[in-house]
Amino acid sequence: MPQPEREVPIPRTRTLLLVWAALLALTAVTVAVARGRLLAGYSVLAALGIASLKAGLVLAFFMQLKYESRLLQWLALLATVTLLTILAGTFTDVWYR
Amino acid sequence: MPQPVGAESEARTGAAGAKLGMWLFLFTELLFFGGMFLLYAVYRSRYAAGFHAAAAEENTVVGACNTALLLTSSLAMALAVAALRRGRTRFSILAQAATILMGIGFLAVKYTEWMAKIGHGLYPDSPVLLQRSHGEVLFFGLYYVMTGIHGLHVLIGISLIAVTLALTARGAITAERATLLENTGLFWHFVDVVWIYLFPLFYLVT
Amino acid sequence: MSDGNVSPAPGFYRDDGPRRGLAAWMMSTDHKRIGIMYLAALTLFFVVGVTIGVVIRLSLLAPGKLLTAQHYDQAFTLHGIIMIFLFIIPGIPVSFGNFFLPLLIGARDVAFPRLNRLSWWLYLAGAGVIGASLFLKGGPLDTGWTFYAPYSIQTRTQVSFAVVGVFILGFSSILTGLNFVTTIHRLRAPGMGWFRMPLFPWTLYATGWVQLLATPVIAISLVFIFLERFFGMGFFDPTKGGDPILFEHLFWIYSHPAVYIMVLPAMGVISEIVPVFSRRTVYGYKAVAFSSVAIAGVGYLVWGHHMFTSGMSDTARVAFSLLTFLVAVPSGIKILNWVATLYKGSIQVDAPLLFALTFIFLFSIGGLTGLIIGSLAPNLHVHATYFIVAHFHYVMFGGAGMAFFAGLHYWFPKMFGRMYAERTAKIGWLLLFVGFNLLYFTMFVLGLEGMPRRYFDYPPRYFTAQTVSTVGSWILAAGVLVILGNLLRALFRGRPAPENPWGGLTLEWGTTSPPPAENFTEIPVVSNGPYSYD
Repeated sequence: MPQPEREVPIPRTRTLLLVWAALLALTAVTVAVARGRLLAGYSVLAALGIASLKAGLVLAFFMQLKYESRLLQWLALLATVTLLTILAGTFTDVWYR
Repeated sequence: MPQPVGAESEARTGAAGAKLGMWLFLFTELLFFGGMFLLYAVYRSRYAAGFHAAAAEENTVVGACNTALLLTSSLAMALAVAALRRGRTRFSILAQAATILMGIGFLAVKYTEWMAKIGHGLYPDSPVLLQRSHGEVLFFGLYYVMTGIHGLHVLIGISLIAVTLALTARGAITAERATLLENTGLFWHFVDVVWIYLFPLFYLVT
Repeated sequence: MSDGNVSPAPGFYRDDGPRRGLAAWMMSTDHKRIGIMYLAALTLFFVVGVTIGVVIRLSLLAPGKLLTAQHYDQAFTLHGIIMIFLFIIPGIPVSFGNFFLPLLIGARDVAFPRLNRLSWWLYLAGAGVIGASLFLKGGPLDTGWTFYAPYSIQTRTQVSFAVVGVFILGFSSILTGLNFVTTIHRLRAPGMGWFRMPLFPWTLYATGWVQLLATPVIAISLVFIFLERFFGMGFFDPTKGGDPILFEHLFWIYSHPAVYIMVLPAMGVISEIVPVFSRRTVYGYKAVAFSSVAIAGVGYLVWGHHMFTSGMSDTARVAFSLLTFLVAVPSGIKILNWVATLYKGSIQVDAPLLFALTFIFLFSIGGLTGLIIGSLAPNLHVHATYFIVAHFHYVMFGGAGMAFFAGLHYWFPKMFGRMYAERTAKIGWLLLFVGFNLLYFTMFVLGLEGMPRRYFDYPPRYFTAQTVSTVGSWILAAGVLVILGNLLRALFRGRPAPENPWGGLTLEWGTTSPPPAENFTEIPVVSNGPYSYD
């Protein structure tokens, strides 16, 4: 039973360019953070955090997940949570040996 | 010529259905790469020092430039899809071509990186590598497997975009029938997302 | 009773489309034809798997005489790979799922018919590659279907090719799951909201998600095995810093959810049959529907219970044991609701219901023993013994296998337009049931007594029980032959089947037996739930 089709809006060129600029900037930031000593202990966490921001931008604006149906957004979350779950499950073993 | 029955199902499934199908496929890819990231995470937690030492062999500047290249190729692809949906076919073709070129560039850089390492005797099971610590051995094993499988996906993406480029040029992909290009774009962006995580994990481990 | 002169309506069998002969089938995108072809292949592989099983049991009567130790390892490996990857996992989804999902939701086909055809081709390709691996350098692999590292990396038998075959089969499974999930989202008939959808599609939906989110993990695990054998990265090699337990994690992260790929659709079949043969609507429809999703979800979290003795941390062992107990709850809900549906119903014990009742009984035994195995202390005692072998055969064969036979007998008239001989079916069932319990219940006892699994030889004190078990395998095999022979004969000489021989209320019974190529002359508009008997 197809729901009425909601068209995802065509992204504006300006938006895409801004996202791209942000991605490049974040790449520079992550290199700088890694090189610097500021967040030494948390470097992996910081790196993953910045990577997740970048990934989020690509997902939201290049892949247009921000404008897709709630269903699709929830399903994407489901897949991500599944991956995190298997990581967590494995680490209950690895960390506590 | 497809049987009439199948064609009706495909019509009712529609572009939205095809997009859902593509996203579902990407979820499987997420879990596929996820298994590799799982291995990485475990061995990183166990052999932090070894990973740190091995990562020093990576050229951060080259890696960062390659990252920028792939990110820009994603921009090009996003522009290609948007242009096609606006009916600007010629621009879309150019943007798709740019994406392909940047993808090839990415692979070329990767190739030189691999060759450099192999030239230094740093490849799985090599006598040079086996002299090093466990962490370094596993780091390089993961490096080759993960960037290799990622590279394979880049190659597949390039091939797919070559097809969509040809179809766009022939008029088989249009603003009204953009699904194939949109879904190919989704695949390309996904490949980009994987690299977004690979880059810090292999080049910036400190 | 069988009338060979009157041919049943040809339905979709007649509609070859633009092609002829074999090509009209192999190139077809019609979900019904694909389902029939899968069914034929599955049945063939099932028979091969049973045959290997019979040979294994024979060997155990005189250890070393029929099969050497090496051949024994290869035999149980092949038995497992064929039964699991070529029969049960594809099993009900690709046969009854393909044939009936569109019919049950009032659609003309699945969402992606050409992808469906690709799934079928990949299944054949995977089977072919595995078959070829038996004859390539090193001979049939001897690792067990679990491919544990480091042995799977070191053994000189033909592991590499075999894992490529299993990888291809995994891809086939993923695409089927993708197709079914999209189909259920997009192609339900007008008026068929989620809670008017029959329960078999609900289970196919939940199963589809497991196929999508779990199969890729075994895919990468197999890639690791393949690459390790050639390049030696050291991922699972302690001498290089690797951890074999990590392979077990990766393997079971898929292979536990895989058992829900096996059993959820089976439960869906039971949910279709029970209301029809008790003339009552399903008790607690929503609970049963949600329990399918719950089983899939919680089932994703318990994989560590296969690894309690591997060297995993105590923290992980406690966590996985607790979660394992949790997953029994939604399964229990289903059992309760089926029994409640039967209660005070107008019960007709025809072959489909007989097999469905058998499922409920045998799956319950298997499931309850699973709780024993899921407890940490008993697990130390029974891990890697015949107790485990008995447990999984009760749930997989006594469960999913019986459901397969149940579905086969339930939907046979619709798929082939013929009726089978009811009495012969029941005789076959009896042989199967008696043989099954002799074969496998004995193994519970043997396991508790200490008999290890995958051993080709054993101390003399186990001989009597081993013999009883082997005799059980002969009776079981006879039962399988009678059941399949009965159906085979019915294919050619069975009485033509009416549209609705059982009085079912779901949509497939509202079209001809067999259905026409387009399934329905008009897409039905649905205005009530699927089992409105009361």
